[in-house]
Amino acid sequence: MTTEELKALKSNLTVDARGTACPGPLLAAKKAIGEIESGEIMEILSADEGTKNDIPRWCEKVGHEYLGFFDEDSFSRLYLIKD
Amino acid sequence: MENSSTPTMEALRNELERLKAKTTRLEKSRKDQLSIAIVSGDMDKILAAMIISLAAAAMDSQVKLFFSFWALSALRDPKKKAKGKDFISKMFGIMLPNGRNRLKLSNMNMCGMGPVMIKSLMKKQNVMSLDEMFKEAANLGIEITVCEMSMNLMGFKKEEMIDYPHLRYAGATTFVADAGESSMQWFI
Repeated sequence: MTTEELKALKSNLTVDARGTACPGPLLAAKKAIGEIESGEIMEILSADEGTKNDIPRWCEKVGHEYLGFFDEDSFSRLYLIKD
Repeated sequence: MENSSTPTMEALRNELERLKAKTTRLEKSRKDQLSIAIVSGDMDKILAAMIISLAAAAMDSQVKLFFSFWALSALRDPKKKAKGKDFISKMFGIMLPNGRNRLKLSNMNMCGMGPVMIKSLMKKQNVMSLDEMFKEAANLGIEITVCEMSMNLMGFKKEEMIDYPHLRYAGATTFVADAGESSMQWFI
């Protein structure tokens, strides 16, 4: 998805994991995924560079659809659809 | 027509059953599971083992950690004391780190300066502390097995080990059995 498309998305849940380093954002995402339904969108905020590689691999493994990310000033926003 | 197709169907069904049994066997022998034998009691190595274990557990892999020898220092609870130890056990108890927060670094330990520096850096960069990691590990159902033989050898007792919900005591056979069915088997 392009940055514009990602920006236009309406997330069902935002997980702010900016206060934690690897593997914190993954743990936060894993905890929060139970709070939304299948087909809903989750947004993850992370200041950890590695998260941009880690979240897609997690999605690939457990079956969520990874949509992409875009960078803000000091962090990134990542998006996925729950399986 | 009927006669010629029936045995084919039967053969296919048999073949399918055979394949099903084989897949089940294969699935059982290569579970989505991480087994680590942790022998080192260095802070950096325990940290690495815990971070990787947490990532694996978050990715829905079953994680089984087998703590033995020097790594057992990380499972000691500094608030607990065990009675009835002989002289050598007492000496070991005094000389080895009492708990996960007293571990030494494998490099740049500098008489304890290194771990202090690493801990302050970790805090600054929002890396979880070992205390938090063990808490998360418990939440994610990571299993910890204490090697009973090395625990006895080093003079530690069950009474001085940490309170952890998925803690058990076993021997090398348990690790070999766990590792044998895991898709990832490591040694740290």
